[in-house]
Amino acid sequence: MTTEQQSPGQQAREPKIRLDKVGKTYPGTKVAAVEELSLDIHEGEILVLVGPSGCGKSTTLRLINRMIEPSGGRILLDGEDVTKVNPDKLRRRIGYVIQQIGLFPHQTIAQNIETVPRMLGWDKQKAKARSEELLGMVGLDPERYRDSYPKALSGGQAQRVGVARALGADPDIMLMDEPFGAIDPITRERLQNEFLRLQGELRKTIVFVTHDIDEAIKMGDKIAILGERSTIRQIDTPERILAYPVDDFVDDFIGTGSTIKGLNFLKVSSLALTDYPTLEPGGTAEAGRAALQDTGREWLVQLDENRTPVRWIHADGLDSADHERGEPVGDLLHSQDTLFHALELMVQSASGETCVVDDAGAFVGVVRMADLAKAIRRAQYEARMHYEQMERQS
Amino acid sequence: MENITNWFTYVNDNFEYILEETINHARIVLIVIALATVTSVLLGVLIQRRPVARAVVLALSGIVLTIPSLALFALFIPVVGIGNPPAMLALYLYALMPVLRNTVTGLDSVSPAVVESAKGMGMSSTQQLLRVRLPLAWPVIMAGVRISSLMTVGIAAIAILVGGDGLGSYIQGGLTRFGLPNSENSVWAGVVFTVLLGLVLDIAFAIFQRFSTPRGLRA
Ligand SMILES: Nc1ncnc2c1ncn2[C@@H]1O[C@H](COP(=O)(O)OP(=O)(O)O)[C@@H](O)[C@H]1O
Ligand SMILES: [Mg+2]
Repeated sequence: MTTEQQSPGQQAREPKIRLDKVGKTYPGTKVAAVEELSLDIHEGEILVLVGPSGCGKSTTLRLINRMIEPSGGRILLDGEDVTKVNPDKLRRRIGYVIQQIGLFPHQTIAQNIETVPRMLGWDKQKAKARSEELLGMVGLDPERYRDSYPKALSGGQAQRVGVARALGADPDIMLMDEPFGAIDPITRERLQNEFLRLQGELRKTIVFVTHDIDEAIKMGDKIAILGERSTIRQIDTPERILAYPVDDFVDDFIGTGSTIKGLNFLKVSSLALTDYPTLEPGGTAEAGRAALQDTGREWLVQLDENRTPVRWIHADGLDSADHERGEPVGDLLHSQDTLFHALELMVQSASGETCVVDDAGAFVGVVRMADLAKAIRRAQYEARMHYEQMERQS
Repeated sequence: MENITNWFTYVNDNFEYILEETINHARIVLIVIALATVTSVLLGVLIQRRPVARAVVLALSGIVLTIPSLALFALFIPVVGIGNPPAMLALYLYALMPVLRNTVTGLDSVSPAVVESAKGMGMSSTQQLLRVRLPLAWPVIMAGVRISSLMTVGIAAIAILVGGDGLGSYIQGGLTRFGLPNSENSVWAGVVFTVLLGLVLDIAFAIFQRFSTPRGLRA
């Protein structure tokens, strides 16, 4: 009793799902498909299992809801060992989405979604209300789709219904095996975004399998990069994995461009912006020259009445009476934009420098290419420090 | 032309008796089909996922079809006596194979993803079978039932030889008195009404098949 009433911090750290030396060797095979895997998944997070084809991702996932019986080890949900409970009852508590979806073709969309609620003994009314709610949640008009059959759905719509069906009885845990793998890239991107938005509200604990590192980076709060026999090669946040792949296997797997992908996780707000002299609307050439002199720069930023940057003006152009002197500033950055977005704008802009504005649109500073390089190096340094510190602790 | 008019007169005069034998014939067929369907579906479910049993049972059910029907009918006389029982027993064995084979094929054709998701949602094996696998296999099973029914209607005409009922009595009666008045008419009455019964039953089964097939599976 006393051990259970520890500090709240300690209780919050009890993992939602814990794999404790779970292994699986398929009958008739010598090599384990999953070898003594230990893994904690915390409440409300998306853990992505990613790795080359055949490394044991699906097997690992299917061990959690005991679609496959483990050859050894324990699986704990909320601290409860579920290795011996009735597997059918266990599965009703866990949402399961597979790539091929597997909607029941002989049942209506609503009946499909109501499957688990009805098995759990919900009455008709409640189950119906739930399926309508879920259809709305995944972006399908209940009036239109409730009573139609799966054959009437496109691939993307069917996968939405698949997700709605898995959410049927509001399980805490969702297992998703390459759920968007068979869908065209444009629809996949939309489904990913919608799913992330939904997850923002629902805060389910999700284990998500993919072989696509970009999908892993996008979907994961954490990513476990798996090697053969489902061994964990690195498990961490996407930004730290991108900043510091622990070995060549991980480095190869995340592939080229990982540095640039890492920019997705850094925000403009994390940068120390470069200050530039500005010229108020109607400011004289003398005022401009004075500002340039103070800072020793060659360019200044012309603002409008709202202090929004409009043009870059060079020292030599200050005297021009032309209203259109200098160069347009192009698209503006906000502090919550990612550095990936900043890079995109910079590549497009003539000067390689991009102005940042606050929420009201007023000028706050400038981002330069060198700032990005510095930010990347800092992220890499911090990630390395993190790993060195972990090593020292162990 | 004259022969045909003559035949219609014969049928008209004997219509009550012909109808009675047609009904007897239909009864034999329907009872046999019902029993064979129940057995075959149960057996099919049992063997579908067991490779050895499946191969053995399907082979046996095929071999049964190759036993000459007259011999098979007669073989059961010592066991169940004379009359409809030996005939129905033989017909039952014949009727098993198409339904059995189609049950297995139908269950095979259920998408593994559908079964996987049914299991993943926490359906027990029985629930998976009754709520997903059998409903999805049903159109194929019914196609087997229709084949069995057509086959049984034809072979049931032999029942008369082991003392059973049915339209075979007109065929056999005509053949034994061949050359005598109305003997040919009698044979033709047996043949035509057997074929008609086959058609009517097939249409009936087709309608039943359509309405017993879940809406989402209909073309
Ligand atoms: N039912 C099974 N029986 C035997 N071997 C299997 C079975 N399922 C998967 N395997 C093997 O286990 C390994 C891991 O498979 P899987 O978990 O499907 O990998 P992944 O999902 O990462 O592609 C593979 O070598 C595969 O061939
Ligand atoms: Mg897989």
